[in-house]
Amino acid sequence: MSHALVVQLNLLLAALILLTSFALLVQRRMFAILHIFAWQGFFLGVSTAIIGFATGVHHLYLSSLLTLVMKVILLPYILYKLILKLKIHREIESMMNVPTTMMIGIALVIFSYHLTEPIRQLSALMTRTTLAVALATVMLGLLMMVTRRHAVSQIIGFLAMENGLFFAATSATYGMPMVVELGVALDLLIAAFIFGIFFFHINTTFDSLDVDQMAKLKETD
Amino acid sequence: MTALDIAGFSILLLLGTAVVCPLFSRWERLLIPVAFALAAFAAGAVTLAGFLALSQGINSAATIPLGLPGLPFNIRLDPLAGFFLIVIGTLSLFTSIYSIGYVRSYLGQRPVTPLVLFYLLFMAGMLLVIIADDAYLFLVAWELMAAASYFLVMYEDERAENRRAAFLYLLVAHVGAIGILLSFGVMAGLATGFDRFDGYTFDAMRAAHLSPGWSTAAFFLAFFGFAAKAGVIPLHVWLPEAHPVAPSNVSALMSGVMLKTSIYGMVRVGFDLLGEFPWWWGGIVLVFGLISAVLGVLYALMQHDLKRLLAYHSVENIGIILIGLGLAMIFTAFHFPALAALALVAALYHTLNHALFKGLLFMGAGAVIHATRERNMEEMGGLIRPLPWTSGLFLVGCISISGLPPFNGFVSEWLTFQAFLLSPALPQPLLKLLIPLGAALLALTGALAAACFVKAFGVTFLGSRRGHRKGEKIHEVGPAMLLGMSLTALSCLALGVLPTFVIGWLDAIPQQLLGGHLATTAGQFGWLWLTPATADRASYSGPLVFGVILAVVAVTYLLLHVRGASIRRVPLWDCGFERITPRMQYTATAFAMPIRRVLGFLFDIREQVELVSPQNHPVMADNIRYRLRIRDRIWAWLYAPQADAAFWVARWVGKLQQGRIQIYLMYSFVTLIVLLVFLG
Repeated sequence: MSHALVVQLNLLLAALILLTSFALLVQRRMFAILHIFAWQGFFLGVSTAIIGFATGVHHLYLSSLLTLVMKVILLPYILYKLILKLKIHREIESMMNVPTTMMIGIALVIFSYHLTEPIRQLSALMTRTTLAVALATVMLGLLMMVTRRHAVSQIIGFLAMENGLFFAATSATYGMPMVVELGVALDLLIAAFIFGIFFFHINTTFDSLDVDQMAKLKETD
Repeated sequence: MTALDIAGFSILLLLGTAVVCPLFSRWERLLIPVAFALAAFAAGAVTLAGFLALSQGINSAATIPLGLPGLPFNIRLDPLAGFFLIVIGTLSLFTSIYSIGYVRSYLGQRPVTPLVLFYLLFMAGMLLVIIADDAYLFLVAWELMAAASYFLVMYEDERAENRRAAFLYLLVAHVGAIGILLSFGVMAGLATGFDRFDGYTFDAMRAAHLSPGWSTAAFFLAFFGFAAKAGVIPLHVWLPEAHPVAPSNVSALMSGVMLKTSIYGMVRVGFDLLGEFPWWWGGIVLVFGLISAVLGVLYALMQHDLKRLLAYHSVENIGIILIGLGLAMIFTAFHFPALAALALVAALYHTLNHALFKGLLFMGAGAVIHATRERNMEEMGGLIRPLPWTSGLFLVGCISISGLPPFNGFVSEWLTFQAFLLSPALPQPLLKLLIPLGAALLALTGALAAACFVKAFGVTFLGSRRGHRKGEKIHEVGPAMLLGMSLTALSCLALGVLPTFVIGWLDAIPQQLLGGHLATTAGQFGWLWLTPATADRASYSGPLVFGVILAVVAVTYLLLHVRGASIRRVPLWDCGFERITPRMQYTATAFAMPIRRVLGFLFDIREQVELVSPQNHPVMADNIRYRLRIRDRIWAWLYAPQADAAFWVARWVGKLQQGRIQIYLMYSFVTLIVLLVFLG
């Protein structure tokens, strides 16, 4: 596989990841969000594998495998079960102004490109151009958490942020050390369980997973 | 056993008793006499130690291997500390005896073990403050005293008013403690450099030479801190709140001696640790003293709650003590050691006197409240018949605090006046104005205080009973309480009749601190005559005045009663109106009205007269309702704006808390973006 092809493929996957991030930002159905999230994980895994293949950093294969197992199968499965159990699979989330959100998202992408400009100038890695996309994915994940009112979609936003960080790690330095990645994977799994427990608690306390309900916890004047 | 040993073991006895007394909380009936007897014993021993130190002029110091490693506690006993041990010891002795009877009245109503425990800790804290010889032990003891007294103020904690008062007290005490801490920090740091710790002993601070700027900062930080504890206007706000709500034996100690620990602190820091100062420090102390004295007595005049009235009088008396201190500082700065000694002795004498008569008055007020279960003077009246002993002892306190011979208040106020009147022409135009003005204001204070106690005694004890509980039977208080008050009253008399002895002992203090003394002139004519300067200027003989007063009273009594004329009690002549009720007597409000009219601008007064008429017609009114609310202006001027500002800021900052997760996430998000923009 030639160098140029690898770069092109990697750029394509980066574009797909960015696309899924935008899709996550505005998707309103629970299952659809899950599907998009799984797709994002899939693109991330493939991208990692390609980089591993092209650079010869072979532990990236393991990272890629881990990503595919965790983010394409395990986490979506846990969340799928959770959604079914909490009987929220038919809920459609009301959300704030979609065009505005999209505009903010686009502004964030441009901002990311602006921020990573000096790095792209200095770096000699073949993945340097995708760093901006990675940063944008982090920010879009955070933006998703800010704009969503449903606890499950906020968690997906959080996981999307984690995807972005992972992508940033592979594009900036060809991945983190293996120990760190294993640790992060374990953390994510545990986080998923803790989210699950909290969902049940929130749901039983407020009869809903709408986090606006939690404003009731505020101290009154 | 040296005096310092006696003092140290007494404090250990107090602390030890405090530690074991929770174990005996099931036998409270036994705990009260035993614990308070031990406290009285310790107080007596401390008085003895103080007296030894003062009369022999000894300085002894010791190091206790407690505290932090490398920072042991130092204790020291010198004449100044000895004198304050006497002040605290005597009143604590009498109050502890009084408490045996007083605290018993709480039995069955609430657990008294905490009261006993914190009473003992409070005493130990005050005594430790006096013998501490380093900033570390001083502040530990200071905080022990503050914390213990906080719990004592909180003792009847079911009432919101008490909790509020205790909180205010704790707040002011801590703000003051910060000032003291910073002052010691400045002195210790400049004594040995800020990178070492061994400047924390008072010895190191004494040896240090501070630049004028730093020494001014150290003094005024300490002055602020001690003034907050002493209740100097405008830092007095906690005092009229906290003293009335504490149990009366505690009020007696707080007002009588706790405030004096801050006088001790001012003398210690000003005259001993810093030593040299410009005249204007004394001028500022004098001005604060004058303000506190005049405003304190004016506010006191407006009060109807007996203990609140006494609390405001503490502000006034602290003011009088500060006047003496300020004068002593001014004279020291202009190198008049003999005059400085006179002013300092006057201040210290008044400290001792105020401890005794204010202690007596609070104990008396406690006895009255205990007997009538009423704090408002307007509901009392005629108590001299059911409470003959209490009223007699209270009268002694009233005469003493009003500064009338032959009791002790007269002597110290007279000495303060002498310090004013004997002051030579000082080379400062401002002082030429301030000193005569100060003398005039002190005279005004004395007159107003006398008026105030005519009101307090007259409305409480004379006339006949008003109020809603007229029918209830009132009994004289028990022997322990009477004994405590009688001993205090006797001390007041002794200090008033035999001032020359006291001044002879007190002379060791100015001798050590200022290098000037009083004894040669004061004792010029033996023990009979007190002569602060020269005999042709002024002199006073306590024993002679007392003898003359006794003789006049005896002659009057004989003239009135020797013929055996029987006393007839008949109804009051009512001018034919026939429907006179006790509520028509002269009230406390009415008594204070002329002064309220004249000096009303100093108060925040709201007066309302309301006609209640069923037909809504002013002529047909069948009831008139009079409402009067008087408040301290200082609160509105100084504290209310601060409180409002704090609430405003808090409310504004509180808007950050929206209760919505998205908003909180937004904060992080925006912070991230902003940081990236500016740092990326």
